[in-house]
Amino acid sequence: MDIQKYISSGILELYVYGALSEKESREVSRVLKKYPEVKTEVEEIEKALLTLSAATAPNNAEHLIASIKEKLSKPTTTTAPVATPVRTINWITYSGWAASLLLLIGLFVFFNRTNELREDLQAANARNIQMEEQIANAREDAEKAEELLAVIRNRNVQRIPLKGQQVAPEAFASVYWNTEENTAYIDAKDLPEPPRGKVYQVWSLTMQPLTPTSIGLLADFEADDNKVFSLENQNQSEAFGITLEPEGGSETPTMDQLYVLGTVAAP
Amino acid sequence: MPLFIFFRLYIYILLLRKPHFFMQQDALILELQNGNERAFERIYHLYSESTYGIIYSIIRDEKIAEEVLQDVFLKIWDKAPSYNSDKGRFFTWILNIARNASIDKIRSKDFKNDQQNLKTDNFVDILESKTNFSEAVDSIGLKKYIDALKPVCKKLIDYLFFKGYTQKETSEELDMPLGTVKTRNRICIDKLRAMVIK
Repeated sequence: MDIQKYISSGILELYVYGALSEKESREVSRVLKKYPEVKTEVEEIEKALLTLSAATAPNNAEHLIASIKEKLSKPTTTTAPVATPVRTINWITYSGWAASLLLLIGLFVFFNRTNELREDLQAANARNIQMEEQIANAREDAEKAEELLAVIRNRNVQRIPLKGQQVAPEAFASVYWNTEENTAYIDAKDLPEPPRGKVYQVWSLTMQPLTPTSIGLLADFEADDNKVFSLENQNQSEAFGITLEPEGGSETPTMDQLYVLGTVAAP
Repeated sequence: MPLFIFFRLYIYILLLRKPHFFMQQDALILELQNGNERAFERIYHLYSESTYGIIYSIIRDEKIAEEVLQDVFLKIWDKAPSYNSDKGRFFTWILNIARNASIDKIRSKDFKNDQQNLKTDNFVDILESKTNFSEAVDSIGLKKYIDALKPVCKKLIDYLFFKGYTQKETSEELDMPLGTVKTRNRICIDKLRAMVIK
């Protein structure tokens, strides 16, 4: 097909007018889809005719679009054109409220959580202080126990058991006597608590003649948990005894209040 | 996240407002056929002025022509799914609707008789008497074109384009062979194209 001849025949102008028969028009449509230069030609004819007819319009018709759109039938969708913006506005409003509400809830939760955390922290601090005290106590106890253990293990220490006497047959005490350091440790765990206003007094005894020498008082008996008392003893003791005396102690032992008594084994 | 959604929405609205950014002619017609109102607006923007011109050249009454123009575009909306590009151009399809609606109107009973005697005039009279043209039209060039246009061209364009006569009807009306109608008309339109395309 001679396309240039086809174009210059003038059939395309009649095609755009709609002046051809249906059969002829279908034929041109077919050619147009096949040859791009025919399509370009048709588009140019169309543009010229659009310009010419637009020039015969008495005025611009753009303003009519609004009233035409109102009358458009909606075959596929029931959404009115006005409904969309209204719905959008509602949506934006609601999302605004929803956002504020979420923010409020968020702040409330956050505030609560902060308070909980603060209380937890205070509780933890209190526990910490308690634990520290307990640790300090335990360390102190451990130190004491170690000290006592060291005393017992010392090769220069002699253990003298003191047996219960008539006043208190159940009573019992031990003396750990370090002869090198001249120190006597009194383990008074099995002595009954002294009555109010009375105090235990420890005596060093030499036998011939029987001479008692005070080596000290078991002060603060109730308060001491270990009931181990360290006293200085420079005497050549042959026996140890503990008597109950009035507060402050006595010059000589009250023999009828002798609780425990034990002799030092001969070396 | 919400910011991102709003941004996308904004872009989407922008694109919808300027459909020619993403719609080619064929796609635009397809969208119209699917009932897309934005596509309809664009089609209206592209064809309403020309359609109005065709209607007015037949009816010669601004108010009535406006009414017919609205009816024509309502028909375009309703009948769009029936348009088939195998049968002809979309512009031609619109032309036929506009001419038929206009002719129906002037034949109807409520159309006043005194307006019918204007029927003897053609598009040339409208252009010659017109003072205000839209920005899209080179009014000086167009007036020059009309002035230089041979009487036979005026008649050919009036019958074939504005009144929608067939090639055969035009041939009979002007007492001119069918082939001559075709070639003569092409010469007349070539000058118009030269004026419009330049």
